[in-house]
Amino acid sequence: MDAASKAEPNPTTAERTSDVEMTVTRLFDAPPRLVFEAWTKPELLLRWWAPRALGISFVSCEIDPRTGGSYRFVFRHPDAPQPMAFFGRYLEVVPPSRMVWTNEEAGETAQVTTLTFEARGGQTLLTLCDRYPSKAVLDEAIASGGTGGVEGSFEQLDELLAELG
Amino acid sequence: MVQLSALLDTTFAALSDATRRGVLEQLGRGDASITELAGAFHMTLTGMKKHVGVLERAGFVSTRKIGRVRTCRLGQRRLEEEAAWIERYRRTWAARFEALDTVVEDLKQKEASRGRSEQG
Repeated sequence: MDAASKAEPNPTTAERTSDVEMTVTRLFDAPPRLVFEAWTKPELLLRWWAPRALGISFVSCEIDPRTGGSYRFVFRHPDAPQPMAFFGRYLEVVPPSRMVWTNEEAGETAQVTTLTFEARGGQTLLTLCDRYPSKAVLDEAIASGGTGGVEGSFEQLDELLAELG
Repeated sequence: MVQLSALLDTTFAALSDATRRGVLEQLGRGDASITELAGAFHMTLTGMKKHVGVLERAGFVSTRKIGRVRTCRLGQRRLEEEAAWIERYRRTWAARFEALDTVVEDLKQKEASRGRSEQG
């Protein structure tokens, strides 16, 4: 944790907000247009979407952030022999306040992600909501331990090993 | 490792069956008796007892018998797993957002150095 030297980051909340939804919120110390920019320019996304703390690194990032446009993120994880791709379409893009996209790598069980940017004085309240096709799908995602990156399953195994050790 | 693989076997075996996953989903909505579960899944009492037994041994369900009725509810493990999963999900995003703070701060600095003063 090299964050110790800096001020404490704003808190991130995560909650299962319904049978089919997971919601994450976070406040950023900048107006929506700047936070939105960081979500919609590939060269900026490359700098934050796969931080070292998650153990994954970007191979490529292609996005066309318009309603109907598509995106494709390719990553590498040291434990996975092949790179992994995350891809989908932007169902709605309203600069600088709202984006909705599909997560097609997950096939039929894919969630749809809605991201909103709300001005709060000079700050931005970011709300990310993953909506799953059914309660069963979200329950199963929880039971299988994945969190949309591969890190979840490894961390889960670490926890299990620690518990047994 | 023997212990770990035995635990994983029990866990995956418990979750590998569609009926048992359905039972967990149903219990997520509220406690139910074996009879109610058997009815909901069109099974015999004996069949449902077996499924509940597997879930119980894996820690996903706990049961309590009051009089002649055995009531099933989600086990502590299931609830702990959900809480742990949500916490991992939160940490994933918190890690990203910390990196995003840096990017956004850079954008702010650049904008300030360009001398723009209007606020968005």
